Amino acid sequence: MSSREKILAAIAKNQPNPSPLPDLSLLGNDSGELLETYTATLKNIGGNPIVVENLAGIKDYIKEHFPAGKRIITSLSGFDTLAESNWQHQPPHELENVDLALFWAHFGVAENGALWLTEDILLQRAAPFIAQYLAVVLRAEDIVAHMHQAYERIGSDSYGYGVFIAGPSKTADIEQSLVIGAHGPKGLTVFIVK
Amino acid sequence: MKPATLGHSAAAEIFNRDENRVDWHDKTLWFIREKRDRAAYQTNDWELLRETASQIKNNVLSNLHNYLLAFEAKAIENGITVHWAADGAEHNRIVHGIIKKHGVTRMVKSKSMLTEECHLNDFLAKNGVEVIDTDLGERIVQLAQEPPSHIVLPCIHKKKEEIGELFHRHMGIPAGISDPQYLTNAARLDLREKFLTRKVALTGVNFAVAETGEFVVCTNEGNADMGAHLADVHIACMGFEKIIPERKHLGVFLRLLTRSATGQPITAYSSHFRKPRPGQEMHIVIVDNGRSAQLGRENYRNSLKCIRCGACMNTCPVYRRSGGHSYHFPVPGPIGAILSPNFDMAKNADLPFASTLCGSCTNVCPVKIDIHDQLYKWRQDIVNQGHATAAKKAGMSAMTFVLSRPKVFSYGGKIGRWAMQWLPFLTNNSLNPWYKQREMPAPPKQSFREWYQQNRKNK
Repeated sequence: MSSREKILAAIAKNQPNPSPLPDLSLLGNDSGELLETYTATLKNIGGNPIVVENLAGIKDYIKEHFPAGKRIITSLSGFDTLAESNWQHQPPHELENVDLALFWAHFGVAENGALWLTEDILLQRAAPFIAQYLAVVLRAEDIVAHMHQAYERIGSDSYGYGVFIAGPSKTADIEQSLVIGAHGPKGLTVFIVK
Repeated sequence: MKPATLGHSAAAEIFNRDENRVDWHDKTLWFIREKRDRAAYQTNDWELLRETASQIKNNVLSNLHNYLLAFEAKAIENGITVHWAADGAEHNRIVHGIIKKHGVTRMVKSKSMLTEECHLNDFLAKNGVEVIDTDLGERIVQLAQEPPSHIVLPCIHKKKEEIGELFHRHMGIPAGISDPQYLTNAARLDLREKFLTRKVALTGVNFAVAETGEFVVCTNEGNADMGAHLADVHIACMGFEKIIPERKHLGVFLRLLTRSATGQPITAYSSHFRKPRPGQEMHIVIVDNGRSAQLGRENYRNSLKCIRCGACMNTCPVYRRSGGHSYHFPVPGPIGAILSPNFDMAKNADLPFASTLCGSCTNVCPVKIDIHDQLYKWRQDIVNQGHATAAKKAGMSAMTFVLSRPKVFSYGGKIGRWAMQWLPFLTNNSLNPWYKQREMPAPPKQSFREWYQQNRKNK
């Protein structure tokens, strides 16, 4: 008998009597003011919320806050003068010198500040991790209250890879001192478009 | 890795020799427990969330066979290769086989308590494969040649000066640096080179979804993703209890996990791997290693509900004052003390006794495992099966003798109170374990029985 059969047989023999799945509909029904909560939570987890009117506002902010001459990549259209758009077929290792990666998010989650991004947005899975800084565009109407509504929105989407990103990468492994910028980005800017 | 030879109380005694350090360890963990409390109180439906998570996990345990089959079928359909390992040795052989097939001798690994349980790093080192742990805390203990002392905070026992010294020796930074910001950046630069050059990356699994065949890995540092997305081969290792039924159930567990662990609302990254990226090879190794036997033990099967948040460690008065290494098992603290006898009851017979049975672990557990009840049950099983130490057995028979004879009990109490008052050296000496790190209390003048007879009996 293979290990697979052995393990499955032992589990079938030892698992307890059927126990029903609980109802999830009672969870996370307190929503409150979504944009306000999202912005406050994002600040708490080390993110930087910037409210903008339109794409021009995003461009102005990037020009002002990120040094010229450094590599910026994006999968958004309309950023040709500012960012590379033809990088998706490069080996991911060549993104090592990217200073800023700019993407849009499907939605954000007010209770924890998380943004949901999938492979079709990211083009390369490594991109939001290997860049020194990350910026994400979020429409103000795309904020949900809790993770339950988040998964309702995701539904049965057949992404190959998806990720909730909540803040910049961080660690407190050395004596519980919080340090921003562990292995991934050292900063996360979220452009909230009203 | 150091051989585990000392029992919990002997190892704890060594840990307690440095009083300032024990106080620091105790306070650091309590600080994390307080952060967990704040996060829980800010979540309006917290108790319903715990109850729901507990019920989902009960359902998982009762239907594991079918969920595993569904998960396997979906994962294969998604292009992932699925392996099954009956024990740690088979797990290690499978992982090594994949690495060998690719002709590679170096790899990166993010946090996986399962690979600690299977002693994968030692096995691969013996077979000429260099493993770099990429979680900062795990990298630190790896450089110190120690096992992690906590499942979420692997180097919680280390001082920043010691970490500076390790990085000075292994990463070539100047001597005498202890600034966490500087040290973290040094590790970032050092490990970036590893991420960019290793062709195989291994990760753990936090949750595996039967409905979709995807698995979720949670990190704050981004190290699991840096490893997996830059490697040609991604190997994910999971104990079979990591299964959850449907994608929507992730909403429940992701709300609970990090709030319980560190008080954060969610980890910086919750990565959902459903398919390998184009050109990449992805493997999942599903491991039993004693879990199916544990599933059959009615009193103890609930321990398989654990989502590895570490809240029970942070709250435990014994863990906080004895340190993770004193548990001589990869998962320390209260949850480790109920998991470990499943693996080896004789070797881990001391661990269920490393508790005050105060019940705090049960109260903070996000999936409502009856941890302190299981500790109590293990104690009985361990003694009944003859695994208690001779001293413990002698003590317990003396106790039984006294407690079943009221006259002996009453007389013994009198002698004890008299002796503590007039011959204090009888108790205040190093032979009495209750005197260690403590002053003995002043003896009461009379017992409750004497007081009751004087004051209440005839009223």
